[in-house]
Amino acid sequence: MSVIYVLLTISVCVALVFFAAFVFSVRKGQYDDSYTPSVRMLFEDELVEPTAKDNNQNKTQTD
Amino acid sequence: MSTANCYHCGDPCNRKTVRFDDKAFCCHGCKTVYEIFKDNGLQGYYELETAAGSTPVVIANKFDFLENQDVIDKLLDFNEGGIQVVQFHIPQMHCSSCIWVLENLNRLHTSIKGSQVNFPKRKVRITFESEKLELKELAVLLARIGYEPGIVLADYSKSKKKVERSLIYKLGVAGFSFGNVMLLSFPEYLDLYTNGTGVHEFWLDQYKTFFRWLMFAFSLPVVFYASQDYFRAALKGIRSRLLNIDVPIALGILTLFLRSTIDILFDLGSGFFDSLTGLVFFLLVGRFFQQKTYAHLSFERDYKSYFPIGVTRIREDGKEENIEIYKIKQGDRLLVRNQEIIPVDGILNTGNAQIDYSFVTGESAVVPKFSGDKLFAGGKQLGGVIALEALKSVSQSYLTQLWGNAAFSKKKEMESQTVTDTIGKRFTLAVLTLATVATAFWLWYEPSKALNVFTAVLIIACPCAIALAAPFTLGNLLRIFGRNGFYLKDTHTIERLAKIATVVFDKTGTLTSNTGNTVFYEGMELSEAEASLLKNTLRASNHPLSRELYGILDDHQIMTLDDFTEHTGKGIQGSLDGHSIKLGSATFTGALKDGCTETSVHIRTDETYRGRFVFKSAYRTGLVSLFNQLKANFSLVILSGDTDGERTKLEKMFPFKLPMLFNQKPEHKLDFVQQLQQKQKVMMVGDGLNDAGALAQSDVGVAVSENINVFSPACDAILDAKRFVQLSDFLKLAKKGMTIIKLSFLLSLCYNVIGLYFALSGQLQPVIAAILMPLSSISIVVFTTLATGFLGRKLQRKMEV
Repeated sequence: MSVIYVLLTISVCVALVFFAAFVFSVRKGQYDDSYTPSVRMLFEDELVEPTAKDNNQNKTQTD
Repeated sequence: MSTANCYHCGDPCNRKTVRFDDKAFCCHGCKTVYEIFKDNGLQGYYELETAAGSTPVVIANKFDFLENQDVIDKLLDFNEGGIQVVQFHIPQMHCSSCIWVLENLNRLHTSIKGSQVNFPKRKVRITFESEKLELKELAVLLARIGYEPGIVLADYSKSKKKVERSLIYKLGVAGFSFGNVMLLSFPEYLDLYTNGTGVHEFWLDQYKTFFRWLMFAFSLPVVFYASQDYFRAALKGIRSRLLNIDVPIALGILTLFLRSTIDILFDLGSGFFDSLTGLVFFLLVGRFFQQKTYAHLSFERDYKSYFPIGVTRIREDGKEENIEIYKIKQGDRLLVRNQEIIPVDGILNTGNAQIDYSFVTGESAVVPKFSGDKLFAGGKQLGGVIALEALKSVSQSYLTQLWGNAAFSKKKEMESQTVTDTIGKRFTLAVLTLATVATAFWLWYEPSKALNVFTAVLIIACPCAIALAAPFTLGNLLRIFGRNGFYLKDTHTIERLAKIATVVFDKTGTLTSNTGNTVFYEGMELSEAEASLLKNTLRASNHPLSRELYGILDDHQIMTLDDFTEHTGKGIQGSLDGHSIKLGSATFTGALKDGCTETSVHIRTDETYRGRFVFKSAYRTGLVSLFNQLKANFSLVILSGDTDGERTKLEKMFPFKLPMLFNQKPEHKLDFVQQLQQKQKVMMVGDGLNDAGALAQSDVGVAVSENINVFSPACDAILDAKRFVQLSDFLKLAKKGMTIIKLSFLLSLCYNVIGLYFALSGQLQPVIAAILMPLSSISIVVFTTLATGFLGRKLQRKMEV
């Protein structure tokens, strides 16, 4: 029945791994700003390569 | 076309509409930003949010102080091997487009290696190569795209402080232990050791002690680390002979731990480790919830938040150099440019000074000064460049000395006892009496159970639910207030808000609005041709008064002027078809000295003086109804730094007893509030630095602000000017919040009575404690959340009506 020691050791170890991950993420500052990352993950494809033609065609007018 | 809105910033394009790329822009600044973004493939900016931009305000030489090596060193977070890291505060940041463009700064300049935004704090952290891009150029680049970094004295003097994260760690530790202990006590709950029949399940029984010691091990970090704050607060309370709510909590935790340890040591039972860890976990969740703060708003501002870090000094050989503001010595010759703040008291040497003292006095009129006049620190120069000679150092100047007053150093939270502590005091006394009486009874009746009962009473009476009621109610209210444009510094402010008896108002900028001026004309009537000339001349000028006047006057045909000149600090001059017009200050147009203090624009056509436009600040709409609502429950006072020119008007507006004091200097305001406080709790509502002393002295200082992100003096709460008329509703809500807390106390007392029945009769099983404690805590949380949610919806509905 000493297998229960093994099982408990494993379960506590798994729990400790998650706890360590939590401490690590706090230390890294992941909990400092809980808003910006939620916006940031939605950005990606908005970058447009500038084309030289576009810039020359437009002229500024003031009326 | 006049209805078109600027593609970049969304402002209506009614003046000079700039057309570019088939899009309308309100000015060249906005167009330039668009061009920069377009050239660098950043058009996505406009797709994320429409009209997200802000008009760039570029003032030449503004960032010159960033050339000074000392300043650079103090601002940089990291500087090694040609790589520099700096953190800028960007007040204009307001939406996802802003985040996106600031995180793509590397597209604008190849030397920028990366940038990361912290939106709640309105900060951006930029990594760049210092060899190709200097800090000053970076600041200018940001200013050019409309995100001017706000670099003020306060950034400079702060030591690099560590981020406070201990509460999150503690919460994590408590949650981790709570979960594991719950799992380990499962056999105990289901009575598995005895299999429900009294016959011991052999193999589980064999490991019972091991399970229990494992729980003990998990509870150690909870008691000695996570609940540290409660022990400290309780000790502090006892030392100052104050029974705060932390005393019974600390007592409960301690009893739980000792009793459980003894239980498992002598094999008396399983102990209460599950209740212990759960209790601490719930308490910390409450504390975490209460901690909500508005990171982008600053409630601790003093003059340091407004003064620039550096200033230009003219050396004796006539050369200019940038020095730190603290290094200004008496006798230094300093250069102050347009829109810059005068850092020290001094004497004007050369230049045309137009000083806006609204920071200091609250009076918005611009004061002209002449060579030899004394200038006070805190004034803002509008117009050209001036040179002045410093009379004092920064910390000794008139304005900055105000911060030496004791009102700024005391902490308001410490003074007033919170409602929880008041209840906690009676509660602790009751619990201790009950425990003693019960123990005495059991000592006489059945001595073997006496200790058991004594500890059981302390455990079950641990006021977890009471301690949770206030944080959750106040935390929710704080969010409701925030959603409605009333930002409080912390939850203690709500408790103080509920006790207010007198409300003191500043006049200029608080009762009146800074934006909606009423303008009227005094003087000879202008002919059609002259009115047209006037409008066209105004059109060419960028001065704020010209722009405002332009927006008000009737439309006229747009014509091109033959001639237009702008005399900075004096006025403007335009001519068409042989007729000329002069607009501006009294001296510029040759008006007679009138001695009036109001802001006005004088007009002179050809060679005759015609009259003037007077700008009067308008009172906020809904002010009268607000005062009528408030006067039923509060006594009101108006405290103004202005002359009493408005007295009769105000008396007509408020035909009830309303004390009004005029010509009040900042320190007078502070003293007045202090005197009132001897009798009652005072709320001060103000806006400028001239109210800073009174705001700090009052029980609740509310700063009214047109733009909450940009300007407000030190205070307990910031009120969005648009929501000013709702002040009465906010005060009522704070009072209702206190009622909710008191109801929650009653509810949690019910649970305590049930628990005490088990405890006093000597039959408290760990499983009962483990059920009762979370149940009471959770029902309190549900009750307060529902009740505050209801109040919040009611407030919202009222605002919509």
